[in-house]
Amino acid sequence: MNGWVIAIIQTALMAAGAPFLTGWVKWVKCKLQCRQGPPPWQPYRDLAKLFRKEVVISDKASVIFRISPYLIFSVTALAGSIVPLLAVGLPTSAIADVIVLVGFFALARFFLALAGMDIGTAFGGMGSSREVTISSLAEPAMLLAVFTLAMTVSSTNLATMIYRLLDFPFQLYPSFIFAGLGLLLVAVAECGRIPVDNPATHLELTMVHEAMILEYSGRHLALMEWAAMLKLMIYGVLIANLFVPWGVALEYTAYDFAVAMVTITAKLLVLGIVLAVSETSLAKMRLFRVPQFLGLAFILSLLGMLSHVILEVR
Amino acid sequence: MQLISLPVSEQLILTLAALILFTSFLLLAQTRLVTLIHTFALQGGLLFLTTVLVAIASGRHHLLISAALTLGLKVFFIPWQLRLLVVRLDIRREVEVVGNASLIMIGAGALTLFSYYVALPIRELSLLSTRNTIAISLAVILIGMLMIITRRKAVTQVIGFMSMENGLMFAAVAATHGMPMVVELGVALDVLVAAILFGIFFFHIRSEFGSLDVDRLNRLNEVDR
Repeated sequence: MNGWVIAIIQTALMAAGAPFLTGWVKWVKCKLQCRQGPPPWQPYRDLAKLFRKEVVISDKASVIFRISPYLIFSVTALAGSIVPLLAVGLPTSAIADVIVLVGFFALARFFLALAGMDIGTAFGGMGSSREVTISSLAEPAMLLAVFTLAMTVSSTNLATMIYRLLDFPFQLYPSFIFAGLGLLLVAVAECGRIPVDNPATHLELTMVHEAMILEYSGRHLALMEWAAMLKLMIYGVLIANLFVPWGVALEYTAYDFAVAMVTITAKLLVLGIVLAVSETSLAKMRLFRVPQFLGLAFILSLLGMLSHVILEVR
Repeated sequence: MQLISLPVSEQLILTLAALILFTSFLLLAQTRLVTLIHTFALQGGLLFLTTVLVAIASGRHHLLISAALTLGLKVFFIPWQLRLLVVRLDIRREVEVVGNASLIMIGAGALTLFSYYVALPIRELSLLSTRNTIAISLAVILIGMLMIITRRKAVTQVIGFMSMENGLMFAAVAATHGMPMVVELGVALDVLVAAILFGIFFFHIRSEFGSLDVDRLNRLNEVDR
């Protein structure tokens, strides 16, 4: 049962670290823009405040509106348990592979879109329609990028992927450059960051994710926000550990875990800085240009797959 | 999977091949002229790196001359010349409208697949481990051609033509360790002369038709007037 304990601790760590990552990105961004900025642990305070607050629910709300925050958070946490944060070969990663991970995200998104439309406000429906449009374009690109990796290691299981990649740590894979870039673009679109969506704004015409959760308050809102932060964390860990797999613990010893903890923290902090720099230098794009952006992600993933077939298989 | 048994230099060449294909896609998608010229220079730079790598790895030092020619012509001279033309013709800020960009990109992907299938029997003939790059260079050539077909401005068509030439050069260097020196010198001279001639033509097209849009060449002047 040792593996299960580690898996639960790992998932808890992921959930606990997620607000810090979001706060870190915000803090670096503020520093880059010469602003004072809230400290990186501000999201914890926000979440704590929201959990203490009273929940206000419209009397038109159905049961979907009430259960959605719990469902979305738990599904996202489940998705987080699949992704190897510190160690590979845990029982949770044996249950589900990367396609299930995409499926979990789709399930969470389905309920998020339903909850956005449930009350019947104009903004909620608008946000849901945009979210579904963006994700329907992002999902094929993500699957293609993931399949490129899966073809290289001939497995769709994340733990097996990292095992195989660590077998030959200094091997150059041309296709990984493209798959990595494609996955980065998809992550930016799916997590609602600039240039696709702006998490810091509540401007009517541009918001996507914020529009859907506009009606939520109190602990419901806290869970929704936390799930969004967790999603960013999952994508960050996925990109960091798949494309830069060094440092992941292969054996369950205290030393390995300490090394894994330090490396993944460093990787995520660097990734956060990259995200902050790109968000500072790019402007949010018009909604109608998002398909082009995701088309680029799709082409990149397709190129990754093609270059795998052409260059790496013989 | 035998990729693991390859030496580092050949892995690097394969990676560079993938990057060259990527710059071809970038050229196809780019609509701003100055950025287009910079991307073309980047493709030349990648070709230069490949040639140097092949020269060092295979010990054929005459390839270094070819690499120097690539560096001088394709990374510096031609992009500089094109940029000068763009500045002189005052079309620096022009954005070319490409009809149905995503369809063209999918077409480029299909061309890449097609060239893979075409190159399958050819690569059986080569004994080099980098023979897989034949498909990539064929794809670069076909994408250059697609660029000539889909664009209307003369400058972008010339860049498409030059990137086709990059593809040919890449095939020669990566898949067969270079052509004889005489051929390479001849090709380099050709490209140089072509670049200068194109420049003169641009001015003529412009002064005759008042635009660099080659669609206007289709119209009969006498009828229109």
